Amino acid sequence: MASGILYAGLNGRIEVVTLSAISAAKSAVELTINLIGVMCLWLGIMKIAELSGLIRGISYILTPIIGFLFPSVPRNHPAMGAIIMTISANMLGLGNAVTPLGIKAMQELQTLNPKKDTATPAMCTLLALCTTGFTLVPATIIALRSAAGSVNPTEIVGSTLVVSLLATIFVLVIDRLCRAVWKR
Amino acid sequence: MLLELCEQLSVWAIPGVLLIVPVIGYLRKVKVYEAFIEGAGEGFHTAIRILPCLVAMLIAISIFRASGAMEACVAWMGPVLNVLGVPSDLVPLAIMRPLSGSGSLGLATELLNTYGPDSLIGRIASTVLASTDTTFYVLTVYFGAVGLSNPRYAVLVGVSGDVVSFLASVYICQLLFAH
Repeated sequence: MASGILYAGLNGRIEVVTLSAISAAKSAVELTINLIGVMCLWLGIMKIAELSGLIRGISYILTPIIGFLFPSVPRNHPAMGAIIMTISANMLGLGNAVTPLGIKAMQELQTLNPKKDTATPAMCTLLALCTTGFTLVPATIIALRSAAGSVNPTEIVGSTLVVSLLATIFVLVIDRLCRAVWKR
Repeated sequence: MLLELCEQLSVWAIPGVLLIVPVIGYLRKVKVYEAFIEGAGEGFHTAIRILPCLVAMLIAISIFRASGAMEACVAWMGPVLNVLGVPSDLVPLAIMRPLSGSGSLGLATELLNTYGPDSLIGRIASTVLASTDTTFYVLTVYFGAVGLSNPRYAVLVGVSGDVVSFLASVYICQLLFAH
């Protein structure tokens, strides 16, 4: 941000800083308004799934796999269920369902956090998984490609899968390395 | 075949979940409506709590872009990426991808329209867009929601993931679609 302001100042375009700051603030509010709707929808559905024991059931099946990535989370803690839901939604490419579920998972992980202002290793791992966004079906991009007149809009699914897989493995390795280095 | 199955799965996933979860809840004698309202209320409060963090991040990124600092960054990084085999037209997308979801979608649309979606550049742009998420948005929203101020090494991990996805997209597409 400072670099942007200085750069604009040096190039005699300082007025764009004001304009862009104000319009960005406005678009943040619009983004949040959109987010409120999907947050309510998905967390509402999650609550039903939680109370009916659905999440406990799904977690029971998937915990052995996911538990390996999150050794610090107790197996029967609600955080485990929320993490599993986030990763599943991510893989199915359910764009706007991922954010509410991910936030929910972060909040559950926060209850395990001894230092409330500092990220725990489990939080960093979840974030790493979400930022690489391992997706089986990139629906938005397929739509974009067919809109641009592609002969075969789905052909990038294969390359996306390989790239996501590579990046996810890489990120998990880096995450482990950082975890070891930062542990002091 | 497998591809079609995946696509159908993706189309049906949300309606399926919206149908199955309440039905199971009802069968398990959960007060479905009350439970939904309770969860939705939590969602509302969380969304409001994220707003200040989102405002701060979007302002920072927007100034970075509008001031021309980003273009300077592109110009500076371009030669380095060129050495690594990245076509220069893709450099802005590489920088934009982790910063702004709508920004990178816009850039990719432009690339698809200029070069055609079935060109190598079009395919790489599609893969870049599909294989990573907007790192800084995810970071702000997830950590903002629980009030974390010290992300420790999460930024480093996220950004290194973006670099690897981008380079992998370039190489894998060249391998797969070279003919």
